[in-house]
Amino acid sequence: MMPSVNEMPATNGHHEDWRPLLELAAREVFQMMLGCQLTVPATVEEGPLETTTMVGLAGKLRGVMSLRCDWKSAALMTSKMLGVEPNEAGVEMSDSLGEVCNMIAGNFKNKIAGMGSGCMLSLPTVITGTDYSLHSRADSPGLEVKLLFEGLPIVVSLQIRG
Amino acid sequence: MNSICVLILDDSSVMRKIVARSLGQAGIALGQVLEAGDGAEALSILKEKQVDLVLCDINMPVMDGLEFLKQLSTVEKAKGVPVVMITTEGSESHVVQALSCGARGYIRKPFTPDQVKEHVIPILERQS
Repeated sequence: MMPSVNEMPATNGHHEDWRPLLELAAREVFQMMLGCQLTVPATVEEGPLETTTMVGLAGKLRGVMSLRCDWKSAALMTSKMLGVEPNEAGVEMSDSLGEVCNMIAGNFKNKIAGMGSGCMLSLPTVITGTDYSLHSRADSPGLEVKLLFEGLPIVVSLQIRG
Repeated sequence: MNSICVLILDDSSVMRKIVARSLGQAGIALGQVLEAGDGAEALSILKEKQVDLVLCDINMPVMDGLEFLKQLSTVEKAKGVPVVMITTEGSESHVVQALSCGARGYIRKPFTPDQVKEHVIPILERQS
């Protein structure tokens, strides 16, 4: 089968080439599941992003996909996913963030030729708060995409090992 | 089309709600919506309840969606009930595996209500 225009070979070794796919994967999730267009910030003004959601990747692609955003974004994402008011997001917020990150990770790996069935995703983990250090065994420069969701900053990152 | 009883399997309660809402947006009249967080829980429900449609994720704890499909044939009440997969697993091998295990449709996450409509309505029409 011919790869689609959004599909890229997995074996070229240049992870930087995957940045547009990472951005596209995030854009599609927000567009299809939340009905929102993500935009690129003109300037980077990043306040504290109090939630970090992570999904591990294992197999042909090993690493961690993460989604960082502030409380307001997290509540708004939940609100848009469930069709409730942001102040009603409450207990569903972690689950919503986990699903968004999971779908970005799944959508991303499906865009890399041969990676779909050879890369497994872990259950999502959500960290709240900003006072933590993340130590990863990733051994190559990570990819990071900064975008705006309804004017609020979100950061999608991929740390890769190997 | 009469209202239907649907079983939605996903380990995320948020995703179960989204799937149910998408079915409604697709114009499918929902009678009862049953939910299960994994394949084993779904099999238990299906032993007791007659449903018209099952929507099923693949990656779930305890029993995943593919194992659920394999074991579904052992449940008398579920014989002939169409199963549509809704999952982030988008590879061709997953699609082939699911279809060969008896799934009648395959929707990749992320999805739109229109995609749900395209996949589910023809299946329900064939059933009726």
